[in-house]
Amino acid sequence: MPRRRRLRKVVAPPAFKGYRPYGANNINNEPVELLYEEYEAIKLADYEMLNHLEAAELMGVSRPTFARIYESARRKIAKALVETKEIKTVYGHAWLDKNWFNCKDCHAIFTIPKTLTEQVCALCSSKNIEPINK
Amino acid sequence: MKTVITSSGNKVDAKFDLRFGRAAWFCVFDDTTGNVEFIENENANAGNGAGTKTSEKMVELDVKKIISGDFGPKAKDLLEKFDIQMVIIQNDEYSISDIIAKIK
Repeated sequence: MPRRRRLRKVVAPPAFKGYRPYGANNINNEPVELLYEEYEAIKLADYEMLNHLEAAELMGVSRPTFARIYESARRKIAKALVETKEIKTVYGHAWLDKNWFNCKDCHAIFTIPKTLTEQVCALCSSKNIEPINK
Repeated sequence: MKTVITSSGNKVDAKFDLRFGRAAWFCVFDDTTGNVEFIENENANAGNGAGTKTSEKMVELDVKKIISGDFGPKAKDLLEKFDIQMVIIQNDEYSISDIIAKIK
């Protein structure tokens, strides 16, 4: 079994579900699936102009891994443009910044759904928790 | 309140299973009655959609908290929609009884 993928942190998911070419004669109807972390990589590197090391730290992955995600993102976008394909965003291996917490006592990672009012660790009920972001 | 722990076996000394949709068993722990029940996962060997089917099953069982090693993207979306709390532990050395002792 290969090593499990570390989750990539995404600060905000893309605000769109996808992009579709218009004015094309025949839209190739198999969409390109852009993962959330790939969108995030493009955003950090090309929109916020961070260097790869800073961006990698923000996403909680190593610099080489960031470079791979970024490269895959660029290739997918290029493919969509050249082959007039639709781009669809899919979740991928991301975790979203705001909903996840880390317990400093038992190191569990958990969500707190809006139906719960208490901000305690889901496993050991410790109050020593922090939202996962830097 | 019902909590589900993904398990590799049907006894409390079984090891915790890091997978969610394809976990072998689910341990359902009810913290009001202290009841522990094991349910076999019929989706463990499903070709696809194991996470989605399992999430639907969790909603059916009225589970409020799920402890597993990881959740797939579709499972995450669904569970979030139904306000089910997800807990990720990345340590497969735990047995089911260790985890129950922690959440009691």
